[in-house]
Amino acid sequence: MALLSYERKYRVRGGTLIGGDLFDFWIGPFFVGFFGVTTIFFSVLGTGLIFFAASLGDTWNPWLIDIQPPDVSYGLALAPMREGGLWQIITICATGAFISWALREVEICRKLGIGYHVPIAFGVAIFAFVTLNIFRPMLLGAWGEGFPYGIMSHLDWVSNVGYAYVNFHYNPAHMIAVSFFFITTFALGLHGALVLSATNPGKGKTVKTPDHEDTFFRDILGYSIGPLGIHRLGLFLALSAGFWSAVCIIISGPWVRSWVDWWDWWRELPIWS
Amino acid sequence: MTTYQNIFTQVQVRGPVEQGVHLPAGDEPRYGGGFFSHLLGRIGNAQIGPIYLGFTGVASLLCGFIAIEIIGLNMLASVNWDPLAFGREFFWLTLDPPGPEYGFQPFVPLNEGGWYILAGFFLTASILLWGVRTYRRAIQLGLGTHVAWAFASAIWLYLVLGFIRPMLMGDWSQAVPFGIFSHLDWTNNFSLIYGNLFYNPFHMLSIAFLYGSALLFAMHGATILAVGRFGGDREIEQISDRGTATERAALFWRWTMGFNATMESIHRWAWWFAVLTTLTGGIGILITGTVVDNWFIWASENGIARPLD
Repeated sequence: MALLSYERKYRVRGGTLIGGDLFDFWIGPFFVGFFGVTTIFFSVLGTGLIFFAASLGDTWNPWLIDIQPPDVSYGLALAPMREGGLWQIITICATGAFISWALREVEICRKLGIGYHVPIAFGVAIFAFVTLNIFRPMLLGAWGEGFPYGIMSHLDWVSNVGYAYVNFHYNPAHMIAVSFFFITTFALGLHGALVLSATNPGKGKTVKTPDHEDTFFRDILGYSIGPLGIHRLGLFLALSAGFWSAVCIIISGPWVRSWVDWWDWWRELPIWS
Repeated sequence: MTTYQNIFTQVQVRGPVEQGVHLPAGDEPRYGGGFFSHLLGRIGNAQIGPIYLGFTGVASLLCGFIAIEIIGLNMLASVNWDPLAFGREFFWLTLDPPGPEYGFQPFVPLNEGGWYILAGFFLTASILLWGVRTYRRAIQLGLGTHVAWAFASAIWLYLVLGFIRPMLMGDWSQAVPFGIFSHLDWTNNFSLIYGNLFYNPFHMLSIAFLYGSALLFAMHGATILAVGRFGGDREIEQISDRGTATERAALFWRWTMGFNATMESIHRWAWWFAVLTTLTGGIGILITGTVVDNWFIWASENGIARPLD
């Protein structure tokens, strides 16, 4: 059995949202639950369709497999399977699997008596995906505006969509999102390093205390956010990165066409124009 | 959903200012008595200060100040010292490196890029001194030097962009300009000139670690807050003496995805993801133009991209 030494006493019944005790069991280390079943359904169907769609293409090179959305001429209608219909069903499966996974996390949180922070955080990632492939195509009136499922083809999509708005780096929401990604990574490096430096001070030395951690950052920066605050800050930074990523893409197209020209308003402010 | 979710600190306790762990003999005293901010106390520690300055700290701040002054005054000069024009043109203003005709000469006329080299010199000095400072402060407090080494990885990317790659290309004009839109234009053009950086495998790795870092911090931050009611934020104690917070945090991920880190190992994951972001990024920049001229052609030849018909 894949049970950790302390695991047995935590494996109690209850906490489920749907299905009562019916799906309240584990398979190996995995908790199942009603949403485990729906996760399996959506992910097996979706993955199977990805392989089927790949088999219709001309390559099994994993870099080059490419499942494109329907042509924009189909608008928001359902497309024939081989002409983007598969992409549409895969998108539904992906969304279904992500939401199922989040709700399964909620059930696990309830079972363990802990807060709902992880599923809420995952919800922001789901929001970013849904913004890219459902909300924005709907606003633009065609599923063809979504990104394709393929390693290189989705990179090509990012590149092409960026230049379609002249220079995506000039998108202020993109600037904010990128800054949050950099700051998150910086803060993660600092937090990981600080905890490791306190618990691994070197051979023969005793493990240090949170006082040492706070003192280190106060000595260097004049402020230490503290062992609890850093996790609030880290979660905020990471979620902000995802949130502003969603913002920066959904305003491109529905509201703005050229990010370089968008900045004209700044030079036309009454203070100096 | 009205249960306690540990988003803000509800009750703040005010004791005397924490002066910090004792410094060993030979160190200077800390500056500032320290004071409290209620708003900061809502999310983390309320106390601000005291701070340790020391030689490297003062020297670093001084060099950083000089660098920003050089950049700012050059920008101001470029709009004829008109403060309104400075505001109007702020995002477009730039301090550019010397043109390609100067190669990688150390001495370039000031208005032809010499100011850029000087600003770069002082900014680099400031950053390196700050790195030394993080190393020294860790040693003096008896901590490991993990922060300094992580910072070194960021310095590596910075040095590749502004110094090592221009040196290998024999051309200052390859360096990144100082300016909001100008450094974004540099990024954009760099990708276009070298056949789309998305086909650069080290760029792919760097992006994956960048997104992975955001994912890890969201997962870790959320997990610790979720087990906050069991004292999960006391990570050092939980590492040395596992409590129910660690057990629930570990089981959450084990039941979710079949695998869990430990209270210590999650910080090793964190450290490596952050460090590898700039480490792989620096490699990707360094070999662009020096080893590989066009990433699309490189990818086509290596079966990663579909060759053009």
